[in-house]
Amino acid sequence: MNWIAWKMLTGDLTKYVAIVFGVAFGTLLIAQQSSIFVGLMRRTSSTILDVTEADLWVLDKRGENTDEIRPLPSNRLYQVRGVDGVDWAVQLYKGLVRVRLDNGSFRQAILIGIDDATLVGAPRKLWLGSLTDLRRPDGVFVDKAGYDLMFPGQPIELGRTLEMNDRRAVIVGICEAHAPFQTFPVVYTRYNQATRYAPRERNITSFLLAKAKPGQSVTQVCQRITASTGMQALPSDEFFWFNIGYYIRSTGIPVNFGITVALGFIVGAAIAGQTFYLFTIENLKQFGSLKAMGVSNWRILKMILLQALLVGLMGYSIGLGMAAAFFEVMERSGQADLRGMYVPWQVMGLTGIAVGMIVAIASILSARKVLVLEPAVVFK
Amino acid sequence: MATSPLNSANVKSLPDDQTAARCRGVLKEFGTGENKVIALDHVDVDIPFGKMTLLVGPSGCGKTTLISVIAGLLEPTAGEVVLLGRDRRTLRGTSLVKFRGENIGFVFQQYNLLPALTAAENVAVPLLIGGTRRKIAVARAEDMLERVGLGNRIKSRPAQLSGGQQQRVAIARALIHNPRLLVCDEPTAALDAASGQRVMQLLRETTVGPDRAVIVVTHDNRVFEYGEHVVSMSDGRVTGVEYQQPKPIPSTPLEIEESAATSATE
Repeated sequence: MNWIAWKMLTGDLTKYVAIVFGVAFGTLLIAQQSSIFVGLMRRTSSTILDVTEADLWVLDKRGENTDEIRPLPSNRLYQVRGVDGVDWAVQLYKGLVRVRLDNGSFRQAILIGIDDATLVGAPRKLWLGSLTDLRRPDGVFVDKAGYDLMFPGQPIELGRTLEMNDRRAVIVGICEAHAPFQTFPVVYTRYNQATRYAPRERNITSFLLAKAKPGQSVTQVCQRITASTGMQALPSDEFFWFNIGYYIRSTGIPVNFGITVALGFIVGAAIAGQTFYLFTIENLKQFGSLKAMGVSNWRILKMILLQALLVGLMGYSIGLGMAAAFFEVMERSGQADLRGMYVPWQVMGLTGIAVGMIVAIASILSARKVLVLEPAVVFK
Repeated sequence: MATSPLNSANVKSLPDDQTAARCRGVLKEFGTGENKVIALDHVDVDIPFGKMTLLVGPSGCGKTTLISVIAGLLEPTAGEVVLLGRDRRTLRGTSLVKFRGENIGFVFQQYNLLPALTAAENVAVPLLIGGTRRKIAVARAEDMLERVGLGNRIKSRPAQLSGGQQQRVAIARALIHNPRLLVCDEPTAALDAASGQRVMQLLRETTVGPDRAVIVVTHDNRVFEYGEHVVSMSDGRVTGVEYQQPKPIPSTPLEIEESAATSATE
């Protein structure tokens, strides 16, 4: 009977393609919108993702995210270095600067100042230049996407000069950085140089990055830092979620995207569900014939569920493939707005559950019609 | 033919071993209150083995409801139905479905073939329902199609067949599992005269045997003469039962054409 269910499903190719497309389109809507939301949230923590060497981050006790920063006095670094269990600690500057390009135009950029001595916090992947070039006078790295924003359509070349806070900067390297929340270029330089590029403030240290000594619990070291300095210390992964939590709590993004994702879900459910429902209803007479010929309700239900499973799996796979292809194409096209976004496995799983639910509900609703169907309908 | 309703007092019962189906006082109502419709009004009828029973009468007289009740597709509101020796009331749920699958074959007015399946696959469906393996079922279906003269169309889908051919496929499907009762609902209504004659001829040839009963619901007077046992209905009641000598089956294509032409002018 499974074979008959399969043949009924695929017998009319046009109808079959329409059903699968309905589910695929629903999957695409849900997966794509959810992935963009997750990607945007992830972008808010791009600075944290770019720093791979440190175990923990130290910030002002009232700090809530990586963008609204209350700078720390420079002596805080030494306090942290003195806490038991801390292997090393360095300063990090993060701020927004206005960059004057060599053609006279301006661009807002994210300036990251990394430790002069150790270069902790430097980008891991370089397209052009080498890490030691950052030690050159006025040397800065610019992320590749940022370079394209500053110099659209122009070939990538080192040696171009910029101006920040009336100070000269020379591009000595092109690097890869996680896409930031704001689509601004990311400019890396040494900490001491960053203090000159940044607008003058009494305190300038944004964060302290630290590493726990081998064998020490990062969480316990964080607790000691908080207890002895009064600052917040958070393990990197915790800070990542702490930062995202701020954006979820304090901005309209989750609501806006929640509505979009919900609409995607509803539209997807409507398309996928209705298409499958109509398919089953159109086949009522066929199911009625089978019932008259001696097919039990239980077997009919299994046939419908099998059809739902096949349609769901096909549609889900195609829809997910379309969502993944969408992000891949966007990435390759250099489209900065969706750079670095992809369909995370969690979204795949949740979309699978959502699509499964949609198809299950549609099949149960349509199966109900079939199950209560009097087989005598075949004579009408 | 008699015109007054027949009831258990004046219906002549057949011996049990000659009766495929027996209805006594069968009542079937649809709806409730003011909307209640009495589709069968205390029907008494016997369907004999070895004969083709024609159930005739105007549209809406309850013919289809009666065969639905006899075939176990509808539950009667009241009355007794004995089907192939089994009291209908003892057959419920899965046992009824299984009984129907094993013992009854159906031929529908609109054929009700599965459009996605080939002719042979359609014919194989009752065997598949019964658990026969697909290869074996399809092979037997091909043999059956040969018997109904469609050996050259086994791979054709319903949409590629004429109405008459589709009905022959439907008959092959109804017979493939060798049912004891064949229920045909207006099998010639959608066919032209010649195709209708062929279908009735096929039904007569292949279905009537000492242990098999055939019920044909029809209001197509061109085929009345094929039946040996004619049950007339009106307003939900049996108004007449008649046994007649059936018309000899035309055997050559020319005879079939002539017979069809004669029927069409009558």
